[in-house]
Amino acid sequence: MSGPSTYVPQSALGRWFEKRLPIMGLVHSSFVVFPNPRNLNYFWTFGGILSFMLVAQIITGVTLAMHYVPDAKLAFDSVEHIMRDVNFGWLLRYSHAIGATMFFLAVYIHMLRGLYYGSYKEPREVLWILGVIIFLLMMATAFMGYVLPWGQMSFWGATVITNLFSAIPLVGSTITTWLWGGYSVGGPTLNRFFALHYLLPFMIAGVVVLHVWALHVPGSNNPAGVEPQTEKDTLPFHPYFTAKDAFALSCFLVFFAWFVFFVPDYFLNPANVIEANPLVTPQHIVPEWYFLPYYAILRAVPNKLIGVIAMFASIGLFAFLPWLDTSKIRSGKYRPLFRIFFWAFVACVIGLGYLGSMPPEGGYIIASRILLSYYFIFFILILPMLGLFETPSKVPASIAEAVLGSGGAAYVQPKNAAAEPNTKG
Amino acid sequence: MSEALATEPTRRDMLYVATTAVAAVGVGGMLWPLVDQMNPDSATLSMATTEVDLTPIAVGQEITVKWQGKPLFVRHRTPKEIADVRAVPLTDLIDPETDEARVQKPEWLVVVGVCTHLGCTPNGYEGKFNGWLCPCHGSQYDASGRVRVGPAPLNLPVPKYVFTKPTSIVVG
Repeated sequence: MSGPSTYVPQSALGRWFEKRLPIMGLVHSSFVVFPNPRNLNYFWTFGGILSFMLVAQIITGVTLAMHYVPDAKLAFDSVEHIMRDVNFGWLLRYSHAIGATMFFLAVYIHMLRGLYYGSYKEPREVLWILGVIIFLLMMATAFMGYVLPWGQMSFWGATVITNLFSAIPLVGSTITTWLWGGYSVGGPTLNRFFALHYLLPFMIAGVVVLHVWALHVPGSNNPAGVEPQTEKDTLPFHPYFTAKDAFALSCFLVFFAWFVFFVPDYFLNPANVIEANPLVTPQHIVPEWYFLPYYAILRAVPNKLIGVIAMFASIGLFAFLPWLDTSKIRSGKYRPLFRIFFWAFVACVIGLGYLGSMPPEGGYIIASRILLSYYFIFFILILPMLGLFETPSKVPASIAEAVLGSGGAAYVQPKNAAAEPNTKG
Repeated sequence: MSEALATEPTRRDMLYVATTAVAAVGVGGMLWPLVDQMNPDSATLSMATTEVDLTPIAVGQEITVKWQGKPLFVRHRTPKEIADVRAVPLTDLIDPETDEARVQKPEWLVVVGVCTHLGCTPNGYEGKFNGWLCPCHGSQYDASGRVRVGPAPLNLPVPKYVFTKPTSIVVG
């Protein structure tokens, strides 16, 4: 991906094989000698962490599927069977359930890093959009996985989410009936959700391959937001970034393991330990924490159809970021105004998450509407306008200068990055 | 970074070895549950023993019960059957074993009904030896469950069992 491979296998067998299938050369050029900007910080380790989480979820998921029964009459009991009887079943299930939480935690950090450092900007638009597609697939997978234990939250969560489609004019009820395979969430729904929950992770893996491919064309963005110009701006992927990724992954796994072994039920709703009952809705329906901000947006809008549209739009807007953000400066580090609005956006999303977990009444609704407004204004007004009015601080001429200060410019061609409002168009 | 040709292990070598060792233990600890989850679970293990009531089985009769998912033959042998199998010289047998070693009480034969060739269930009171004939590849067993005609290489195995009462056994 950075020109023809220079890889020459050591052994005769290796050379024989490489001539017929140059896969080791591909691995070598992509993950061994691949040049990465030398100033990547720890926020750039989350791509590796996410790859690990996808593989971990697939492995624990496949082993759970060896014991789980996707039948409305048996599903709940089969999960209890996994927890009590299957060797290490408790470990597999908790790793998978907490794993979903860790997966989303990592993906949110990964996305906010992209937002802060402008990783979606030219020439990385396709890379970013592939990421949004992965995120959507992840949400669908997580939702359907949550239905499988067939507890009260599973059942009523499935009912609420599938009913979102009933908001579509004219064909809404036809679509929900089609999704359910009946007139309500039931056995057929559970079976198809299991089939799709098993399928989607492999589709995610496919899009991840494209995502990494699209990443390796321009290479990684970096905290300075300026492209590497000379070889001195980069370091080979191995051992520098493999070691950094491995260290970050180890720390992440300690955090992950702490939940699995010490508070495994922390994210599980007690209502989901009651078997699904189509006749009684639990008092207070809440989704998993990673869906709470979207849930708050859905509830904040008094109109059913507009609420659903707002919720999907809040996610879909991410795909348009490369064009909504008009600033030519990539990194938020050099955008003083953007930084303020960025952190306000982070606070807004966390606030929406909190409100999503609260009952939909009184002040909570009003607060949700205020934050919801900011969420959309940030994307639709602030980002396009900032590019026109913001005065960026001085952008370093090169990565070396960003790392070493202006003295680092000694060995790169000095070039003065203008600190003036950039105007687009 | 220095190009000293150090023959002694350095601190960095020590760190490599220690890191690799910790990682190997960690990976091993993660792999074992993934392997072990495919072993019989405790629900399966709790069904590892089966109690058989012998009262309804008349002399010359045989029943098949399920034990650990496999057929178990319990035969109430006639005095003639016992005498016949005990008269066979060991040199005639493919897998030499005395009938005395295969039973706890001469009239009760308990064997696992899985042909030692490729695992089919032989049919009772068929074949030339008043024992079992396997429909899959024609192996024959006598009334002591001993293989008399191949291709099966071994006798039908005798499971562990105890007489909890004169008329009842617990297998497994």
